Amino acid sequence: MTRYFTDEHEWIDVDGDTATVGITDYAQGQLGDIVFVELPAAGTSVEKGKDAAVVESVKAASDVYAPITGDVTEINDALDGDPALVNSSPEGDGWFFRLTIADKAQLEGLMDEAAYKSFVEGL
Amino acid sequence: MSESEDNAEPAKLPLDAWHRGQGARMVPFAGYEMPIQYEGIVAEHEWTRAHAGLFDVSHMGQLLVSGEDAAQALEALLPGDIAALKPGRLRYSLLLDENGGILDDLMVTNVTAEGGEPTYYLVVNGATKWDDIAHLREHLPDEITLTHLEDQALLAVQGPEAATALRRVFRDAIGDLRFMQGTSFEFGEIEIGISRSGYTGEDGFELSVPAEHAETIAGRLCAEIEIKPIGLGARDSLRLEAGLPLYGHDLSPDTDPVSADLTFAISKRRRGEGGFPGAERILGLLADGAETRRVRLVLEGRLPAREGATIFSGDAEVGRVTSGGFAPTLGHPIAMGYVASAHANEGTALEIEVRGKRLPATVTAMPFVPHNYYRGDK
Repeated sequence: MTRYFTDEHEWIDVDGDTATVGITDYAQGQLGDIVFVELPAAGTSVEKGKDAAVVESVKAASDVYAPITGDVTEINDALDGDPALVNSSPEGDGWFFRLTIADKAQLEGLMDEAAYKSFVEGL
Repeated sequence: MSESEDNAEPAKLPLDAWHRGQGARMVPFAGYEMPIQYEGIVAEHEWTRAHAGLFDVSHMGQLLVSGEDAAQALEALLPGDIAALKPGRLRYSLLLDENGGILDDLMVTNVTAEGGEPTYYLVVNGATKWDDIAHLREHLPDEITLTHLEDQALLAVQGPEAATALRRVFRDAIGDLRFMQGTSFEFGEIEIGISRSGYTGEDGFELSVPAEHAETIAGRLCAEIEIKPIGLGARDSLRLEAGLPLYGHDLSPDTDPVSADLTFAISKRRRGEGGFPGAERILGLLADGAETRRVRLVLEGRLPAREGATIFSGDAEVGRVTSGGFAPTLGHPIAMGYVASAHANEGTALEIEVRGKRLPATVTAMPFVPHNYYRGDK
């Protein structure tokens, strides 16, 4: 399994044709206390760089973009009852959704962990 | 998360370095770099409701209006009974334009010294203070002196344990102040103005201190076990839970005191006599009712409705949200907005549209969280 990162602070774990998507620890820290996560319905398509989810913190609503194009196969139901999972385990139990990857070529150009780390340090 | 209201480089407040030293995340707001949070909005919110929080509100404008006829001069610009305000008392009032639109909301304290000329201390919003000053300079008579206290910081200590902590630090200086009373005292050589007021719904105090001593006072207060520094984020969620309007969001020149549900700020004598800006229109609205009214709305579920969301009654658009968010004390979202008066009564069921979804909302009597002001021993 390989993990990639976007400059919009999403992460994506790729396992064959399936990918799991969430937001990074840096992103949850910037957003603060998360009270609601709106996820795309299973069966819908998301497009790379377009809105896929909305994260509501106490303070504001923020869009989350799809890091890659594909069809959503599964969403993390645990976020419905416990949205704060995104704060406590952003890159683990607080994942957002899974999708089938439409075009693996889109993975090129995403960052690996080391590149993302230095990207965040430069912010 | 941008709070920036203008493009100018934000200025630094007296406590800037102190906030950063306490781990604050700073954001631009009202022309200044301001602490939005330290450890997190919910933790800070809950700390304030249970203990006490120190808020730096030094971005707000502190003004003095003085002169023999200062009360009458202020009454020409505000709808409050300023003449009846005794020394050491404060009240909430509104700066009105000629049409009765709200230019700002503010606190007025009578700080006249014994035997001295009448003097009123005004605290106005940070984002509007330069416009307020220009408006006051233009409309106050020449014999009235307007002083902008630019070298004063303003600290608010809010929460049920605020009085306990302040008494330990300042001893008897607080006296037996009750809600909406103020005084001043010497702390060493530092002159501190204090009032029992705030904007969180909690018992609390606001302290006007010389900027050069702000770090000393803030550090001294936060050394008390009850007090932690709290950011603007929690200040906003606290004031929303308290049902208090926020200028620039819930109030503007397009809103009048009647629509804004602030008729308590129009004193009885002034209702009879008029003589404040827009009096004819406002007294008409008082008699006949306004077309729209500010209401508090309780939402179900967890999805908040934010400023700008449309409010519906069935298929009919009946209003708009002016501020909204998640209420940490209550565990569900709340909002304020303006709706057509026919839909403004307590208990009315409405819907708010958020990203195409209709969220059920009920008009409630405010505040959302009961006020905890100190009005004297029971």
